[in-house]
Amino acid sequence: MRRLAKYGVAVATCGLILSACGTAADDEDNANDEVEAKCDPVQIEGDVKVGLAYDVGGRGDQSFNDSAYAGLERAQTELGIAEVTEGEAAQDEPEEVREERLRTFADAGHNVIVGVGFAYSTAIDTVAPEYPNVSFGVIDGFDPTEDDVNCNVAYLGFAEHEGSYLVGAAAALQSETGQLGFVGGVNNPLIQKFEAGFEAGAKAADPDVEVTSTYIEEKDTKGFQDPAGGKAAAQGLYSEGADIVFHAAGASGSGVFDAAVEADMLAIGVDSDQFLTASEAQKPRILTSMLKRVDTATFGFIESAVNGEPDQGFTTFTLADEGVGYSESGGFLTPETIAELEKYKADIISGDVEVPTEP
Amino acid sequence: MKRSSIVGAIVPPLVAVLGAMAATSLVIAVSGGSAVDFVATIFSVPNERVLITIINQSAMLSLSAFAAAICFRMGLFNIGVEGQYTVGACAGAFFAGSGLVPGPLNILVTLVVAMLAGAGYALIAALLKVGRGVSEVISAIMLNYIALTMAGYLVARYGETSGYTYVTAEIPPSSQPLGFNLFPNAPGDVWALSTLAVIVGVGYWFLMSRTRFGFDLRATGESTSAALASGVSVGRMVLIVMALSGAVAGLVWMPAFFGSVHSFGPPENFQAGLGFTGLAVALLGRNRTIGIFVGAVLFAFLAGQSNALQQEGIAKEVVDITQGIVVLAVVVAYAVVGRRRAQAEQERVARQLDAEREGVSA
Repeated sequence: MRRLAKYGVAVATCGLILSACGTAADDEDNANDEVEAKCDPVQIEGDVKVGLAYDVGGRGDQSFNDSAYAGLERAQTELGIAEVTEGEAAQDEPEEVREERLRTFADAGHNVIVGVGFAYSTAIDTVAPEYPNVSFGVIDGFDPTEDDVNCNVAYLGFAEHEGSYLVGAAAALQSETGQLGFVGGVNNPLIQKFEAGFEAGAKAADPDVEVTSTYIEEKDTKGFQDPAGGKAAAQGLYSEGADIVFHAAGASGSGVFDAAVEADMLAIGVDSDQFLTASEAQKPRILTSMLKRVDTATFGFIESAVNGEPDQGFTTFTLADEGVGYSESGGFLTPETIAELEKYKADIISGDVEVPTEP
Repeated sequence: MKRSSIVGAIVPPLVAVLGAMAATSLVIAVSGGSAVDFVATIFSVPNERVLITIINQSAMLSLSAFAAAICFRMGLFNIGVEGQYTVGACAGAFFAGSGLVPGPLNILVTLVVAMLAGAGYALIAALLKVGRGVSEVISAIMLNYIALTMAGYLVARYGETSGYTYVTAEIPPSSQPLGFNLFPNAPGDVWALSTLAVIVGVGYWFLMSRTRFGFDLRATGESTSAALASGVSVGRMVLIVMALSGAVAGLVWMPAFFGSVHSFGPPENFQAGLGFTGLAVALLGRNRTIGIFVGAVLFAFLAGQSNALQQEGIAKEVVDITQGIVVLAVVVAYAVVGRRRAQAEQERVARQLDAEREGVSA
């Protein structure tokens, strides 16, 4: 009787999944472990044709995605790349659609494909092996299957904590209330790097300074394109006494600037030099911007492909190679502050100061 | 009579789709794009990979729509499908990843766990409604936010890091069902559990049209007072129906979870928004089994064409516009048809009465 019951369960299971009880475990036995090969440069055929896939928010966020576009524009003018196509991620799109975006680029003859944002990491890991003659780049990328190296993928990362350290120091030096705020788009380890660096830099410049951090969304990527949410978060920080708020929230940042205008306080931009793209009302409120040179990374990657040896593997853009930094547009940073910041910068580059990556 | 009712069911959605295409073309033309490119691309046959995605997405969308439709039929608006399937996915993923139950049996038990979690979460809104008279719409909307935030917290607290996100432990390979390899040359499979949509669809049809319970449910939807008079306990019905709806919602993410993602971790390893889209699909399908399948395929098809549209330089938002207008147009088209039919019926009755009266006076 008991055996019968067992049998019944097995039959019910098979009936339900209708796949005759086949599982991935059966497949795995057949996979033979290949010895990790040394990577040869990807052989790109014909003229370089670039496909640029934006993250949620897309071109026009005046921050992260726009910075990638700036790099693409520079490649078009300086390297004479004629064929360029852009694509953009939709909110809540399934992984397959992201993969399909990359495949559509590759099938249409694009041989250099850049995924803007770490959200493309998994998709590129899946798609890259299918197109060995296409060179892929992921901004902020990581390799989800580290033991299985993709030779035609370049992971372009940044030392955001180092740049954030400098703007944190700048904020602490110029704060009048001794209270600073941080607004993150989504609470994930990448954005936490900004928070950690900002706080460390502020404390280094003024040990008594108080830093309050808040995130627009806990998980939802909509936190990067929610100006209303950014505004609400910043308003909270200003009303609690902060006079300078640093945001790492992509397109939501414009809301942070609006809050700064209304509260008559200051804000710090991120990724691009946001003073240059802000509205006239916002401009006097933008103390500085933490520069994350997505444009440099994008341009450099495309350039390497044009030169016939596309980048591969991991690259981290740091303070030392100007991959991150701070902006002086608007002239709000005092000469004394800038002198201090340059000192911190030298200390970080020389390794005397090590900036934490986790808050 | 029969034929006219079939025509009445098919013509409005067809007109609605064509109307939506026309309206979207107009939007594109006005904003300086090429409406011809749009129409040509959106009606082009998708490649094999996209077809697979369309099938899988329609399966999940129809599951979500069935969850919504169960409530719609009783006049309940379960806008909380979104939260219920998030909770179901989260609970199911934690359970499946723990590997407590070995092999394929893990799949079966996980489905039960996900359904229970979804049902339990739906019951919160149901109990608030029955016990305290709180509108299920209001409480469920709030619960949607709580669900995603809570799931995110739990994964961050008890999950593992993967790149820049947190995810639950991956399910063991022995519990990963193989999919259906429709096109050997294309990467990706139709997920094994996409068949759940068919099972649930048949179950929904049977429940609604072939059982006493389904009859009571629809009767309550038509008239609460009539249902009360015939001995149906409305409060009890609300609890059961919401729980049932939540249980189906708990299944929504399971095809993708077992088919390709294998772990849970919003936003990367979870597709939010299926619950809300499911409401639109149920509306589009008029809560009928076939209608829901057709609506789900249509929505998945439109979404699947978004990359092809982007290649033509057409913004991805165009797909959202089309989907929105389709739903709106369907509602309008059915209203118009319904009014026409009511008018025709009235005229017929009036003629009959006149004829009878003449017969009497003669």
